[in-house]
Amino acid sequence: MTARVVILGGGTGGTLTANRLRRRLGRQEAEIVVIDQDDRHLYQPGLLFVPFGLARAEDLTKSRGAQLRDGIEFRQAAVEHVDIEAAAVHLADGSALDYDVLVVASGAALAPEETEGLTDTGWMERVHTFYSLEGATQLASALQGFEGGRLVVNVIDMPIKCPVAPVEFCFLADWYFTERGMRDQVELEYVTPLDGAFTKPVCNEKLGGLFAEKHIDLVTEFNTGTVDGQGGRLISYDEREVAFDLAVVVPLHVGAPFVARSAGLGDELGFVPVDVHTLQSSARPNVFAIGDAAGVPTSKAGSVAHFEGEVLVENIEHLLKGEALVASFDGHTNCFIETGFRKALLIDFNYETEPLPGHFPMAVGLPLLHESRLNHLGKLMFQWIYWHSLLPGRNLPGVASAMPARGKRHETAA
Amino acid sequence: MPTVTYAGRDVELNGEGFFEDPAQWSEEMAPEIARAEGIDELSEDHWRVIKFMRTEYEEKGTGPTVRLLGKTSGVSVKELYQLFPKGPAKVAAKIAGIPKPRGCI
Repeated sequence: MTARVVILGGGTGGTLTANRLRRRLGRQEAEIVVIDQDDRHLYQPGLLFVPFGLARAEDLTKSRGAQLRDGIEFRQAAVEHVDIEAAAVHLADGSALDYDVLVVASGAALAPEETEGLTDTGWMERVHTFYSLEGATQLASALQGFEGGRLVVNVIDMPIKCPVAPVEFCFLADWYFTERGMRDQVELEYVTPLDGAFTKPVCNEKLGGLFAEKHIDLVTEFNTGTVDGQGGRLISYDEREVAFDLAVVVPLHVGAPFVARSAGLGDELGFVPVDVHTLQSSARPNVFAIGDAAGVPTSKAGSVAHFEGEVLVENIEHLLKGEALVASFDGHTNCFIETGFRKALLIDFNYETEPLPGHFPMAVGLPLLHESRLNHLGKLMFQWIYWHSLLPGRNLPGVASAMPARGKRHETAA
Repeated sequence: MPTVTYAGRDVELNGEGFFEDPAQWSEEMAPEIARAEGIDELSEDHWRVIKFMRTEYEEKGTGPTVRLLGKTSGVSVKELYQLFPKGPAKVAAKIAGIPKPRGCI
């Protein structure tokens, strides 16, 4: 009997899962259907570069369907809801599709309307975001026209996609205004709900040092309640204020809206609770989640989806054969952090191990938690790797799903 | 690791003032911890949040963030800040004797 695997979402996680699965299972064994509401696959790491004219919006998207191997059906349709009791996906056009295995790979969505004032006067004029293609493009012209003053970068609340991206934005802005010969006319400020620049102590210390070096002010434990675009201020719930001439805001994130409409599937924010090591839904054995859609305590990042993919596909095979699942996903995350001036840091961590200094154990031996040109080149090269290796579902040479312990120096924050 | 006495019992706190062992906590300790946090009297609403934090911790192994509290406790984020002006998630977690909510990765 042919099993039907339905994958909701044709982004990073959905695409690499479909391609890996297709290579491992014969067409008699499984039919694979990927559903997405549009056919525009966006290379999300590229968004960071658009505001600074370092990447062009039109170079960041390709067809979703074209990234899928032969023998995978791509269906362009919006999902209304999933009935996990009946194992059926209901589409917005009223039709339904039964599944034997469901993979929720629908990512995270932005919810700017959840923050008071954010989408009122000034939105996309004086208050911007680079977390969407439209926003990043608008911000590029706003930065071009910026004549100096206070530029404030604000994360409203966690979780967000790529928690280092707003930090990188600050570093790139410092570089951008330096190149334009006007850095002394720009006050840069990073305003975060966290108690430091990042979430883990050793990395936090390193990033904190870079903030000081680059004269970027850091405001911590700031929970934005209201954004006043007209008056140019952020107001926290505990009534502190931060004034801005231009604000770059990372809005609240939620899961795909259909998750919230599907009884029993998601949590309060619309992410799918799963076993953190097998990625199987806590609600139903034949449901899995991958990437940003999954409610696991690690970063929402493409590298995570890649590392999860290997484990997820193995587990789908086990489930179809009636075997026990493997609990091997360790929360492995790997990110380049652009620090400006053609340099970058590399961090590598998992559920248990925070980002530490040292080097990544492969032929080139990229330095960890240390600024280098090599890491910047790595970040640029990653775009090619993304389309040609990661999405097709290939293992990257020298980069395994499990975090390498070798090469890390165990230090603690002072 | 400082040791303090609440309701006549010794408890261990970590460097940030959160309970090392949530099992050492009892309801009688809450008013004393609250006073140390600048809250003179615990109202019914305070208790609702404290008990909610406690249950969430027991079920999920971590206390909720402010955003989740606002969505699930029945008390809005604005009201939460009126109840715990120094930061609802952290202060309520301290009073409820649970670790600092790890809202963020």
